[in-house]
Formats: sequence, structure tokens, C-alpha cells
Amino acid sequence: MSDEYRPYTLVAELTYRCPLRCVYCSNPVDYGRHTDGLDTADWLRVFREAEELGVVQLHLTGGEPLLRDDLEALIEGARAVDLYTNLITSGIPLSRERLARLRPLGLDNVQVSIQDVAAPSSDRIAGLRAFERKLEVARWVKELGFPLTLNVVLHRENLGHIEEIVALAEALAADRLELANTQYVGWALVNRRALLPTAAQLDEARRASAAAHARLRGKMEVLFVMPDYYSEFPKACMDGWGRRFLVVSPDGLVLPCHAAHTLPGLVFENVKDRPLEAIWRDSPGFNAFRGEAWMPEPCKSCERRAIDFGGCRCQAFYLTRNAAATDPACSLSPDHGLIESARQQALSAPDGGFEYRTPRPAARK
Amino acid sequence: MGTGGRPRVIALDSRPRLAAKARIRFDRKTARYLLLYPERGLVLNPTAADIATLCTGEHTVHAIVERLAEKYASQPREQVEREVMSFLATLAERGLMQGEP
Ligand code: SF4
Ligand code: SF4
Repeated sequence: MSDEYRPYTLVAELTYRCPLRCVYCSNPVDYGRHTDGLDTADWLRVFREAEELGVVQLHLTGGEPLLRDDLEALIEGARAVDLYTNLITSGIPLSRERLARLRPLGLDNVQVSIQDVAAPSSDRIAGLRAFERKLEVARWVKELGFPLTLNVVLHRENLGHIEEIVALAEALAADRLELANTQYVGWALVNRRALLPTAAQLDEARRASAAAHARLRGKMEVLFVMPDYYSEFPKACMDGWGRRFLVVSPDGLVLPCHAAHTLPGLVFENVKDRPLEAIWRDSPGFNAFRGEAWMPEPCKSCERRAIDFGGCRCQAFYLTRNAAATDPACSLSPDHGLIESARQQALSAPDGGFEYRTPRPAARK
Repeated sequence: MGTGGRPRVIALDSRPRLAAKARIRFDRKTARYLLLYPERGLVLNPTAADIATLCTGEHTVHAIVERLAEKYASQPREQVEREVMSFLATLAERGLMQGEP
């Protein structure tokens, strides 16, 4: 297969289980249906086969990867094939002793998420009293000599706190701060009414993070990810379908993105059935949206099609019920009115509360 | 931190060391070295790979220039020095150096 399709990153979703209940969680709404189907040996084989395909970055994530008691063996195996290994965690449940054990195994980076800058508001989003414990874990990460990424998912309740978040990241000596606006898939879409910010909030937040970015250059990497609900054109979701990313779900499905298996009509294969290379190369689900043949107008004749690949397939499906539509986030999409009305709604206060993530399928709105 | 976009001045007697988060690995697919860090990677040309490999905190910038000038003897020494300086500045700019260069 040509270099056009070379995976650089493997996202290993080790489990969908998690003690937190974040209202923006990107796991599928019906995540309870997917059990942990892969054992240690399966995952180690996936890591080896991914590395042979060209993968150099590994994200150990979930759900909460710390719930796997073979995490140690997985890190060791990942480093044995020289993958840059990043643990993406809520920090719960974790003891300092266990974290210290991961250090000599070669874990390269630890990413800890917090939901806001103070316990009440952070815990309200996470659905669990976790904030103080998370800060403690972040401190251990640095004390033990790991690089620390601090991740904060942004929405209307915390967008006004950028300066405080940056100050907290500095106090924790984070090496990288990810200020990532919510992507409205999974639980975030269920809770969109309560999460979507206004344009004014975003502008303010963008200014604050740009200032922090400039001030901290060379010291801390500050990354601000815009929500595509407020961009003229969509993002190149996953750098294009089946181009750079491989996601493996807890039950072993090989996917081009976190939510692809929730799209009806697409066939994805399991790492237990075929070698990863064969799945990457010719599984129908991967090939469905590679190239340009599937594209409708206005994408088909748009000069940006090689830049954003028509946007996010999952967003297209969840908003229009057609996964092959132009992403409605694009201002050229015939369905862009769906985004405009959501923005309009954001101007008035939400009328309902949050629906917390639970293994029971949520009632779709 | 660089002030107002002025290029960093890197002292010849400083001993550059890659940040803890950065790691070099060889990429069989492209036969190049990659400098990996969280979520990202830099593709290194052969000179950059040599420089990065020497950023261990043991060698001074001066010594790194010497080494490279020896290895790439066909190139003028000033050019090698310029390349070393600009690559070290790039690394510092991206936060891939430990402490201040
Ligand atoms: S977003 Fe929250 S609930 Fe979802 S996996 Fe991460 S920590 Fe758990
Ligand atoms: S029309 Fe399609 S290709 Fe053009 S900018 Fe919009 S989503 Fe991207």
C-alpha cells in the first residue's frame, strides 16, 4: 500500500470501563455492549503488527487503561518494539507505587485529564469526586520523572477559565497542555445543549490560549483545538479516514476512528480474525471513505478536499443520518443549517441538565 | 524563552540535552530517524539525526560542531556550524531541549 496510507499512531482502547462518568465522553453511547475481548497476548501481537505497518506512536487509552491489570506487560511489550508509549488516563485508580513501576518499563509520557480548575466544577463534569486525586497523580507524574501532558476538554462551563487552567498547568510543571474543545460525538452529542459554547466565549478563550502559547513557547506546549461547530471548514478528522490512525476497540475491532463502529452499514474486522496488515489494507470499512470516489458535491469539486477530506464521517452521520454526506460543520454543506441552529441555541442558557455516561444506552435526543 | 521572536543565542560551551519527552528512533519505512514526542514526530535528515543523537548533555555545542565538521568534511565548517545552530534553535523552540539552551 502506498505511503498515502501509512498508520503512524495506534490508539489502543484497552477497555471502555471507567470509574468516571464524563458528560463529554467520546466512547460510544452503547459502550456497555463492547466487553474487554482482547487478552495480553492479543494486544502484544497488535502492537507488533502495528509497528510493522509503520506505527511509531501508541496511545494506551480507554475508558480507563489503569483498570487493566496487565498494563505493565503491555507497556513493556510496546517498548520492546520501540513504540513511543503514551498513557492517557484520568489518574483513577492509581497508587504512587504502581506509577513508579511503570517508569523502568519505559513508559514515555503520561497524559492526565482534569475537567476544570476547581473540585466542584471539575467533579460535576466527571460525575465523580476525583479532582484532588487527579492533581496528586499529576504531581507524582513529574516527581517520578515522566513528562506530563495535562488535558482539559473545553465547553461552555469551563471556557472562561483558560488563564486559571494555564496557571495550574504551570504550577504542575506540565510539558504540554491540551485545551481541546469538545467534539460532539458519543456522550458529548447527547449533552450538546448543555456543553456547546457561544462564539463570544470561544473568541475570548482563543485569545487567552494564544497569549499563553506565545508566553510559554519553548517551555510548555500549549495547544488549543477549535470546535468545528465554529469553523468555516471542518477539520481533517483523524488526518483522513484510514490514512494515519488505527484505533482498536476493547473487543478487537480495527477502526479508522473512535466512533466508526457506531456507523450502520460499515463492516469492520476483528484483530482476532485476520492480521492487522490485511485489515488495514482491504477491510471494507477502511476502504469505504478512502480516496475521493465516495464524495458528494460540494466536496467532489472543492479545492479543499485534499486538505480536510470532506470532514468527519461520524459527524455527518449523526447529524444527517448519511455517513457519506459533506460534514455539516462545513459552511458549504447543504446541511449547515443544523450547525447554525445549534449555535443559535447556544445563545440562550441550556434548559436541561447533564446526562452522565452510563453503560445503559442513553435515550437519544 | 525567546524574547519577541529574536533568534536564540546558543552558547558554544553549553551542553544541549534533549527534553525527557523526546526520543529518537529509526524508521524502516523511510530509512530516516524520527524524533518522537507526545502526539508528534519530526523527520530528521541525516545531519539533524547526528546532532540530535549528540544532544545527551555530555557534549558542548562546540564539540558537536567539531564532530559534524569531521564527518561531513566536504562541507565548509561555517555551513556545518550554521546547521547545528539552526537545528538546536528549532529544538529549543519546540520545547524539545532540557532547560535553557
Ligand atoms: S472521558 Fe471521562 S468517562 Fe470517558 S473514558 Fe475518559 S475519563 Fe472515563
Ligand atoms: S465542501 Fe467538502 S471538501 Fe470542501 S471544505 Fe467543505 S467539507 Fe471540505
